[in-house]
Amino acid sequence: MQAFVATLNAAPIWLIVLIKSAVLLLVVVTTFAYAMLFERKILGWMQLRPGPNRVGPWGLLQPAADAAKLILKEDLTPKTADPLIYRLAPFISLLTAFSVYAVIPFGQSSSGVWAIGNVNAGILLILAITSMGVYGISLGGWASGSKYPLLGSLRSTAQMISYELAMSLSFVGVLMLAGTTSLGGIVHAQERLWFIVPQFLGFIIYVITAVAETNRAPFDLVEAETELVAGFHTEYSGLRFGLFFIAEYVNMLTVACVATLLFFGGWNALFGLVMVPGVIWFLLKVGAFLFFYMWLRATLPRFRYDRLMAFGWKILLPFATANLIVTAIIVAFRG
Amino acid sequence: MILFWILSILLIATAVWTITASKPVYSVVGLLAHFVALAVLYLSLSAEFLAVMQIIVYSGAILVLFVFVIALLSSGVAPFSVGPNRLPKALVPVMGIVIIAFGMLIYAVSRTSMPAPTGQTLGPVGSAGVFGSVADFGRALFTTQLLPFEVTAFILMVAVIGVVLLAGDAMESSGSAAQAKQVHREMREAILREGDR
Amino acid sequence: MRKNLYNVGAIFKGLSITFGFMFRHKPTIEYPSVRKQHAPRFHGLHELRRYADGKERCIGCELCSSACPANAITVIGAENAPGDRRSPGERHAARYEIDELRCIFCGLCEEACPTDAIVLTPHFEMADYRRGAFVYAKDRLLVPPEAGVGVAPDERPGGIPGDLGRVEELKSTMDIERGYAATWRGEALKTNRKGLAG
Repeated sequence: MQAFVATLNAAPIWLIVLIKSAVLLLVVVTTFAYAMLFERKILGWMQLRPGPNRVGPWGLLQPAADAAKLILKEDLTPKTADPLIYRLAPFISLLTAFSVYAVIPFGQSSSGVWAIGNVNAGILLILAITSMGVYGISLGGWASGSKYPLLGSLRSTAQMISYELAMSLSFVGVLMLAGTTSLGGIVHAQERLWFIVPQFLGFIIYVITAVAETNRAPFDLVEAETELVAGFHTEYSGLRFGLFFIAEYVNMLTVACVATLLFFGGWNALFGLVMVPGVIWFLLKVGAFLFFYMWLRATLPRFRYDRLMAFGWKILLPFATANLIVTAIIVAFRG
Repeated sequence: MILFWILSILLIATAVWTITASKPVYSVVGLLAHFVALAVLYLSLSAEFLAVMQIIVYSGAILVLFVFVIALLSSGVAPFSVGPNRLPKALVPVMGIVIIAFGMLIYAVSRTSMPAPTGQTLGPVGSAGVFGSVADFGRALFTTQLLPFEVTAFILMVAVIGVVLLAGDAMESSGSAAQAKQVHREMREAILREGDR
Repeated sequence: MRKNLYNVGAIFKGLSITFGFMFRHKPTIEYPSVRKQHAPRFHGLHELRRYADGKERCIGCELCSSACPANAITVIGAENAPGDRRSPGERHAARYEIDELRCIFCGLCEEACPTDAIVLTPHFEMADYRRGAFVYAKDRLLVPPEAGVGVAPDERPGGIPGDLGRVEELKSTMDIERGYAATWRGEALKTNRKGLAG
């Protein structure tokens, strides 16, 4: 074991980063697969159904069956589609969804933070990369060359721009309290008190905008089944649809990770139970947030589009600004 | 250094692609790739904050609006039809300007004394005190550079208000809002009457 | 503003309802492994019965065919040959075909039959890939000699015969309501589930 660690320490940095990325990719994809199963189970239970239970015990092999189905399905490209952009869009979605994990830390040991790259502007990088995610959707919807995807992509563009503002502002309160933009530093600043307490309004705003940013119910106007069939991915099938699907869930996971890092104290233990490793705490908190997401989806009906925009600009943004100003005043007066 | 060359070639290639692409959306994709490559170039120069802002502001907000407008206006997939002879004709003055600009740039660079490389460019990017870190950038922005910063913000604000005024005036003079209201009211009444029967 | 605050309360009310539903009993009947209890006189696939001596009950009178509102039954009768008597009377059905895709499972054929030959069994699983496979001829309609004579609807013991099996037998043919209720509340299903895990 010691020899193994020694060789690992001697390895060049690019090799370590490569290994870390591979491991993380595996973890994220597995989590995605089971988050999807988990969601379908939860939705089923809340709608008085048993949920998927045919493939394997308790339906545990369902993700494998879904993957096989998506891979074997025919990959269609509409005649009116723009072939280059049509094929490019799912990859943009997936790439931006996964590259966020380069900066998300999952735990801490004596040698430092568990992350691929411990960047000081971590939270800014997350914002930057997630803001690119909209291209996959808007280009994919445009390139499909039919009307529902186009409407879906227009909606997504407007929605994401509107909610990104309030989301960024809700981050700033936390950043001011922590006095750093490094995610490790933010978690460190929450050792005594989670930021959900002093930044409760910021947290509420973040939760709402996060739902809108990931295009999930009740803000899933981008793919509203009842109005737009499936929105931007109406024309996509097979593996390309699968890529969009993975991207959506990975984005959801990202949002849960960010909420955990910024508001729930990251890997800090609850009730002083420090013997449980920090990673476990982190995953538990992420899981709780994911559950809340699914719970919301099972409960709330979809927003009307004009109300969604009005809500974002007329309610969320002023509240986020007010929260920012109040936090700034308090931080300034405290020294 | 290898990174610099790869990025430079990528930047020029995407820039050329942006101008010469046959469809506006291809131009946007080219520009997007260009911005991302530029951000990576900034990162390699340890201008961390600038890199992040480049992506958030240009790729994340401005270019998205480009996509929005293109999707709204040219939802058809028909490519541009630029006259076959336009590009070569335009090339002559453009090349002239480019050569002059590059000449001035090379002259300016040769006259400026560069700081010696610290050998820390790819080190711990962005911790306070290192060139280009978020903390230092913020401090500079709100202390020594506060006036230019605020003046820029004010100019942008003026521009936004100007756009709103121009657009709002056009809308009012055509009276479309009042007309729409009237139509809406009539439709509602018609629906109510139908309901009674 | 007050109305908006009320709406926020409604969100939490909705959340509490959905949370509670997670732990409720699920009324889903997991069909292939658990089967719904049918009413005793359920109308399913047809069957042509025999007498105890093995002779066919059907006398080829075509009353079922003319009673059928969906024109699903085709009967072509024939005289019984002296050496090869298929049925006790003078005539028998040379061909007897029911198109189960046309059939509306109303049971009028059953009522029209003077010899109680055609009956509707509770069997309902007839899926196939070809339309032609749904035209059931005598080879599939007639009870095989080794399988007995078939059961008339009024002879049924109030429950469902063996092919659906594994469901609780009802006390009487009139106890349909209880049978339905037992399925709905899941009581009968719970006892069945134990024997049918997986």
